[in-house]
Amino acid sequence: MSEFRYFEDFHPGETLSLGSKTVSRDEIVAFAAEFDPQPFHLDEEAGAASLLGGLAASGWHTASMLMRLLCDNLLLASSCKGSPGVEDLRWMRPVHPGDRLTASADVVSARPLTSRPDLGIVQFVFTLTNQDNIAVMSEKSAILFERREAGR
Amino acid sequence: MSWFEDLKIGETRDLGTYTFTEENITRFARSFDPQPFHLSDAAARETHFGALCASGWHTAAVWMKLLVASVKAEAERTGEPSRFGPSPGFSDLKWIRPVFAGDTIRYTSRLVDRMPLKTRPAWGLAVHENEGINQDGVTVFSFTGKVLVARRPGTEG
Repeated sequence: MSEFRYFEDFHPGETLSLGSKTVSRDEIVAFAAEFDPQPFHLDEEAGAASLLGGLAASGWHTASMLMRLLCDNLLLASSCKGSPGVEDLRWMRPVHPGDRLTASADVVSARPLTSRPDLGIVQFVFTLTNQDNIAVMSEKSAILFERREAGR
Repeated sequence: MSWFEDLKIGETRDLGTYTFTEENITRFARSFDPQPFHLSDAAARETHFGALCASGWHTAAVWMKLLVASVKAEAERTGEPSRFGPSPGFSDLKWIRPVFAGDTIRYTSRLVDRMPLKTRPAWGLAVHENEGINQDGVTVFSFTGKVLVARRPGTEG
């Protein structure tokens, strides 16, 4: 993990690498059993018969896996103060067991908050790509970070 | 559940409630969002949140959980299976207020638009606005979702 980041350490135009993760069948089924028990997330045959073309992860699971990569490779060594939300999220391709997902973050903008001088807001576009370098998910969202001087 | 053609714009589905607990908040966070304010109440008290609160992705995943349960209950009641396909994504997701341990959130889903899909004649796209409201009547979560719904056979095209 790189050094601790404050708001001032995010620069529009830069792309941050957020690491990779291989998705197992057990993880897909465990998430789906608790949060999204639709047949195509639980069962190979039902997945094959669906538009997803095989057992595939819940989109909310894919989003959650991106969140974990974002935590491990950026947020846990940052002044993150949470997120107001997600402007747009696209599930572009199914995620199947054995897929290896790689995450990246493009910094779109970074501006101080007028209402909260101790905070700034950073807009990102996150992308998850699979082992064939095909984008499976993209997410445009904002994260609040404490400013460097506020952290002292 | 209804075919695409039977979906009524403006109709609201009450998805029921879910109570967030220290156990389910920290279990989700350990897997997917291990930031201090989602992992322990003591750590959260040192942060701006002030108390243990759920990962926003946990709040969102529970919406899905309750939607699937609602559709399944409807299928059992009517004998008609789910007509939902996958979702291409969503927009305007807002984590408006923290969801704290002990909060009970009621989720709703309202159909706001539907359109046939030129590229997939057997499917239509339904657009729905969703909310989570806590026990004090405060909206804590909202988003606009999209989902494919199967068209009634013979109506494709």
